[in-house]
Amino acid sequence: MTATPTAAPNMNSLPSPAPKVTFGGALRSELTKIRSVRSTRWTLLAVIVLTVVLGVIATYGQNNAHRAPYFDPTAWSLGGVWLTELLIGVVGTLVITSEYATGMIRTSLIALPQRGLFLFAKITVLAAVVFVTGLVASLAAFLAGQAIMSSHHISTTIGHLGVVRAIIGGALYLTVGALLALGIGLLIRYTAAALATAVAVLFLLPIAANLLPHGLQDQVDKWLPTAAGAQIWTVNHAPHLNSASPIGASGPMLAPWTGLAVFCGYAAIVLAAGLLMFRKRDA
Amino acid sequence: MIEARGLTKRYGGTLAVDDLSFTLERGKITGFLGPNGAGKTSTMRLILGLDRPTAGTVTVNGKPFGQLAGPMGQVGALLDARAMNGGRSAYDHLLCLAQTNNLPRRRVNEVLALVGLSEVARKRTKGFSLGMGQRLGIAAALLGNPQILLFDEPANGLDPEGILWIRNLMKGLAGEGRTVIVSSHLMSEMENTADHVLVLGRGKLIADCTVEEFIAVDSMRSVRVRTPQPEELTRLVAAAGGTVKDGGDGAVVVSGLETGRIWDLAFENAVRLQEIAPVRASLEQAFMELTATAAEFRADAPGSAPTDGRVS
Repeated sequence: MTATPTAAPNMNSLPSPAPKVTFGGALRSELTKIRSVRSTRWTLLAVIVLTVVLGVIATYGQNNAHRAPYFDPTAWSLGGVWLTELLIGVVGTLVITSEYATGMIRTSLIALPQRGLFLFAKITVLAAVVFVTGLVASLAAFLAGQAIMSSHHISTTIGHLGVVRAIIGGALYLTVGALLALGIGLLIRYTAAALATAVAVLFLLPIAANLLPHGLQDQVDKWLPTAAGAQIWTVNHAPHLNSASPIGASGPMLAPWTGLAVFCGYAAIVLAAGLLMFRKRDA
Repeated sequence: MIEARGLTKRYGGTLAVDDLSFTLERGKITGFLGPNGAGKTSTMRLILGLDRPTAGTVTVNGKPFGQLAGPMGQVGALLDARAMNGGRSAYDHLLCLAQTNNLPRRRVNEVLALVGLSEVARKRTKGFSLGMGQRLGIAAALLGNPQILLFDEPANGLDPEGILWIRNLMKGLAGEGRTVIVSSHLMSEMENTADHVLVLGRGKLIADCTVEEFIAVDSMRSVRVRTPQPEELTRLVAAAGGTVKDGGDGAVVVSGLETGRIWDLAFENAVRLQEIAPVRASLEQAFMELTATAAEFRADAPGSAPTDGRVS
């Protein structure tokens, strides 16, 4: 397939700058890694498309006659992120577990043995890529959803109080979810087990909480990672009437920024534990 | 320069590397020899900071590998030809590695040309043969133009053409004054390429010497003799303090006596000799003798039948 060079190689062309590890270099490397694998690109595109499509489906059935009190047109149009969080969770998990699965982690750490630096570059690049993707998805889903609902005169506009925060919030929700999944992947290292855990944490916990007795469920629901985090993309914060939003939680929820802070807290704890283990364990 | 002092690594209950101390000097090809499970790969992983030693230290140019400011400029390593994401192109694989050490993109194209992979640079590596993967791994090791190169079993699974290529490459790299450390269980390969050998068995250092010294250890005093009077010669040699073994093919192998002494004995006692030649044991033979007791699992050891029902 290729010509075989049989002569001894001439290695005399020295790289002009002396090799040196820097955070900027580590960032460029991680960006190359994330953009050069087809599955990541397709998954991120799917996040945008699905967020919009799900938002369109969710808003299509809404009309003035059936709307609940405190109906939240913003949250209904952004509700797709509730599901695309799963896809983002896959991206976040694979960013690290695929390195373990392929053995790339060893090649990576031989080039860049400073593990803290390596991981911070990974976290930064993942967060930036997911945030930009999430912002596109969130804004497009909002505009599409409002356009559909405007025919029933139940839409809102970007100028309303809290709407911009909710649109950016959709992107933040996906970003924190990706980082939480990265932390899980870092701790578990095996793709299948890490993916199952990420899905359980991001998606199955709220469903499992539904099985609890009502009084207890009201106490537990708001503290679950995604239920807390999802408050950042709701506008009409109606503590006792959450059927107004697509989240479907039963009890009173946390305030938007409080909820996001709780979600970030979970991600930070898991990432910190992951970093600690990553520095300690053999690669 | 790589320096290990009391290097020890335990994985669970297995002692993989046991109190190793060695110094690898510049500008030589050093062979890491040992049977499977001897600790060759573990030692390389410890040198590269992938694993943490249970005890002891190992430094590269005076520092632990993890503290090198520009690791790719000092050490290049090939541990496993498959240690890459198959979904990435050869070019992107090398690019993401080069970027960590702020190496220019030009270097990626240079090393691709060097290993003969320029034509498939944009192809995803999952379609690569083992030999191509090996070349790409070597390209990655050469990116930073390092002075020290570590190759773990580079000839494994390669066809004869690939093995020849690797051999020439290693010789070329050492010829430029680089330090090449290569592990292998292919003794014949080491005999042709290595200047120096470190022999490991059960994680312990068995020998640290030149290839010539290693072969000489046991075999210098063996001489192959062909004679029509083997009984007479055996008696004379035994009387002179030597030992005789059957060399097969009508010849005997005499140990413990210099060649000149054998000539004299034969001449003085009118024993006719038809052939006399020093036996130069191959690296392989010397190795087998040295590590016979060190092999982790010996198939011929009595009472060592596998307990899990597998037939070895």
